[in-house]
Amino acid sequence: MSALANIRNWLDERFGWDELMAFVRHKTVPTHRFSYFYFLGGMTLFLFGTQVVTGILLLLYYRPTPDGAFESVQYIMTKVPFGWLIRSIHSWGANVMILTAIAHMFSVFFLKSYRKPRELTWLSGMILLFLVLGFGFSGYLLPWNMLSLFATKVGTNMTAQAPFIGHWILVFLRGGDDVTGATLTRFFAIHVAILPGLATLLIGLHLLLVQRFGMSVPPSVEADWKAHPERARELRFFPNFFLRELMAWYVVLAVLGCLSAFKPWELGQKADLFGSAPAGIRPEWYFMFMFQTLRFLPAKIGPLAGDLIGVLLFGAAAAVWTCLPFFDNDKRGRGKRWITGVGVFALAYFIGMTAYAYLAK
Amino acid sequence: MQNPSLQENAKPERRHFLELFLGSGIFASLVAFIYPVLRYIIPPQQTELGSDLVVAAHVGDLKPNSGKIFPFGSRPAILILTSDGKYHALSAVCTHLGCTVQYLPDVHEVWCPCHNGKYSVDGANISGPPPRPLDEFDVILKDNNIYVQRTQNS
Repeated sequence: MSALANIRNWLDERFGWDELMAFVRHKTVPTHRFSYFYFLGGMTLFLFGTQVVTGILLLLYYRPTPDGAFESVQYIMTKVPFGWLIRSIHSWGANVMILTAIAHMFSVFFLKSYRKPRELTWLSGMILLFLVLGFGFSGYLLPWNMLSLFATKVGTNMTAQAPFIGHWILVFLRGGDDVTGATLTRFFAIHVAILPGLATLLIGLHLLLVQRFGMSVPPSVEADWKAHPERARELRFFPNFFLRELMAWYVVLAVLGCLSAFKPWELGQKADLFGSAPAGIRPEWYFMFMFQTLRFLPAKIGPLAGDLIGVLLFGAAAAVWTCLPFFDNDKRGRGKRWITGVGVFALAYFIGMTAYAYLAK
Repeated sequence: MQNPSLQENAKPERRHFLELFLGSGIFASLVAFIYPVLRYIIPPQQTELGSDLVVAAHVGDLKPNSGKIFPFGSRPAILILTSDGKYHALSAVCTHLGCTVQYLPDVHEVWCPCHNGKYSVDGANISGPPPRPLDEFDVILKDNNIYVQRTQNS
């Protein structure tokens, strides 16, 4: 018996290895004209992996203090061999991950994959998306430059608009009444300890649920397959689907490599707590639709501040969006029309406002 | 021999008591864990000392029709010398979402680039989203120094 077979037998006796492998062999993925959308979740997962790896590498040199943060990132970018690559992949990867996560969300939404019994998968995915935005917001401050300083001032100030607990959240996030070095240490802790811990737990749950229910088939395809069972097609997960997913990961890696090589992430100017906000300041693209909306709102709407209304509306919209699967309990399993309408509106609003913000300076 | 009905009655009561005991014990320990954590994450209030009067600049530092940011305690403030030679000292923290404002010499206004809020040189909010005027401070010229002092009501 070869050494490998020996190890296998040893594992099989203890953990039922063969049983586990049989399960992997039997796992399948349905194939139809929307199958490409199945790659998006895996791509987001892969990007999370690259963020963890590059993030750990950055930790070897990064210093989370107001006197050291900017200088340490500068050191990584200019002195450490391949430091520019690691840091650029981390920054670009964050943006691409948010893009694939948003694309994953909308594809799940329009293919109605959240229908019973997958409501909790959707819910865990939405919480993960909020965590990912939290990663983006907290990581943005860490290089401690002018743009990130003011983005953090504005962003944390907006949370203060929340009724009752607003000020408490503000002080919790900032580590005081103002954005200072205390905020930097906090955001660092949130970015490298709290969020990764929560995200890892939720990704585990999310994958477990996806595994438990299998891949969802869109209603139109499902109806077609029910009427013509001979048309149903599926692919073995391992190795057929897995190898295709691997190709998607290579494409993602190639995109990240190109972006980092041809457009290394900027460092900007060191944050100065007593400097004026630079002209042309704006948030990252994924917050632009909110930024643009707030710019449209007048200072006062009735007795209330325009920003308060804006923040409350976005909070309510996010809550409704997260709970939509629970309203889509169509008996025929096709999903309700108005819910698709809401999705189209949300996507159009997101793209439209973002585009407007960039085009109309 | 015991009365069976008495025994049956006594048991759930005792169980209920034990459950209550255990439940309140666990609840009390949770409170004992969570309360210090909640208190820990809110930092202690820092008292600001000696920030009611600062030297913002020296006479001659500013050209007419220009502004300068200076630290006033832990927050930035702005000193403006207008074209007609008058000094204004304002809080530089935008009343909208807290960005640091700057002076625009070409339009003689104070401007916040974050959301395009505008103030006049005496701090009044004139356009954009700012809900309140900027706090204005007293300016005292003495021995070539420009002192800025928190006004009694600000």
